Amino acid sequence: MFTLRDRYCIAGIGHTDYTKRSGRTVLDLASEACLKASADAGVPVQDIDGIVSFNFGDSVPGIAVATALGMPHAHYCVDIAGGGNAANLIVMHAIAAIEAGLAKTVLCYRAMNGRSGYRLGGGRELAARGITQYTAPFGWITYPQAMAMWCRRHMIRYGTTAEQLGEVAVTCRANATLNPRAMQREPMTMDDYMASRFIVEPFRLLDICLESDGACAVLVTSADRAKDMAKPPVYVMGAAYGGGPNQGEDLFDAIRWPEHAENYAKYIADDLWGGAGVSPKDVDVAEIYDCFTYSVLMQLEGLGFCKEGEGGSFVQGGRIARDGELPINTHGGLLSEAYIHGFNHVIEAVSQLRGDAGERQVRDAEIALTTAGAMTCGSAMVLRR
Amino acid sequence: MTYAKPLPEPDPDSAPFWAGTREHRLMLQKCGGCGRFRFPSQRLCPHCHSPEAEWVQASGNGTVFSWIVVRHPVPREVYGQDVPYVVALIALDEGVRMPSNIVGCAPEDVTPGMAVTVQFDDVTPDVTLPRFKPGRA
Ligand SMILES: [Zn+2]
Repeated sequence: MFTLRDRYCIAGIGHTDYTKRSGRTVLDLASEACLKASADAGVPVQDIDGIVSFNFGDSVPGIAVATALGMPHAHYCVDIAGGGNAANLIVMHAIAAIEAGLAKTVLCYRAMNGRSGYRLGGGRELAARGITQYTAPFGWITYPQAMAMWCRRHMIRYGTTAEQLGEVAVTCRANATLNPRAMQREPMTMDDYMASRFIVEPFRLLDICLESDGACAVLVTSADRAKDMAKPPVYVMGAAYGGGPNQGEDLFDAIRWPEHAENYAKYIADDLWGGAGVSPKDVDVAEIYDCFTYSVLMQLEGLGFCKEGEGGSFVQGGRIARDGELPINTHGGLLSEAYIHGFNHVIEAVSQLRGDAGERQVRDAEIALTTAGAMTCGSAMVLRR
Repeated sequence: MTYAKPLPEPDPDSAPFWAGTREHRLMLQKCGGCGRFRFPSQRLCPHCHSPEAEWVQASGNGTVFSWIVVRHPVPREVYGQDVPYVVALIALDEGVRMPSNIVGCAPEDVTPGMAVTVQFDDVTPDVTLPRFKPGRA
């Protein structure tokens, strides 16, 4: 369990524009986001001594960013192989490194040309070796295809409906209409959702997140150091990373996972809330990993916002709207803002806690949740202002 | 015409499985230590760590644990002629789950827990895929 409550902070945030075709290198995107995060904190890059990022074989390593930005002391550079599961993990890793004395002030980033370059959603190699020898020969290849299997299982087990999935998509879009950096700002109704074509049942097009070019970065340091920086610190109250038994050979493989109607969230909930010293009812705003609509339901259940199987009814009736009991994905999420692999959720949570979220600001937001992951493993943080 | 879809590349752990399908037999590893079946195959039993295992012909019967219907082909040039097709996780009677296709019924006729049984499709002269159809053998 996380034992460093309120002792580490996010002191700066930065991001690029989110586009379908950046026309830029991933290194340039990463450099811009990192430079903006350090400038936001008022810390010159010369004073930064670590970089932690995650990638799926589609990005640039921290040493490249340190080189591009001429950072003389960025000696602790670590790249974590991961997908959406890792978006909070890199912040946790930075904290662990600082606590261990390995660095003092650490940049964390995710950068990708996720639409114009390597497309995670549809770009899997047509190979069938290792674990994929049991999946790819049957035409089970893409991530939407992988995760539709989980969604269906939730429907089988709990009677979850398309309208309940649609509630997540419609809520995210409503928030995105208020977000100038969101890629999808056209208003969307439930009828629009229901009319969107099936890609892989039970997923319609509007159950599936965007593909984006862009980068997000945050600057992590101790609460002591953050006091002297330019922006009010956002404190990490709690954090957890992990999953259940039989996570498989890679993020796609869930052949041996015990029950696909529930995901990683239930396995990290006790550590997350125990470390943070608060409970779901204390959360003012929740940025929940939404690579697909269904993943929000499973995380709400697993983290204890509602009972197992009740995620579908929980999201109905306006409860997750910006003015509801639990506003979620106030930026529009991966479904409507951008797909920066969940790291854009962290940026939004910090904006909300600073009171900087403009038209989409949740009033009096003091405690925020960020989550990352949809299947067997994932990470989450509880942040406060 | 060449077969454009991914073909399994057997490895030391999986070779007996794919050799079995070529003979139209669904072979599963059964642990010599604790007696449990396992899939995918691997040298050490995940339950008792015994390296002793025998390959046993499975019944070929199971039920539908979950399924998807692929409507949008990825990539289109490979799967364009196949959509819609069904991929399912089959809960085999032997207690393990196996991904495969469900054939022999319309996608909309697949139901949770539906009984299915294996059939063998020789997709190339060297490779046979185990697929499942409604019913029990
Ligand atoms: Zn055993």
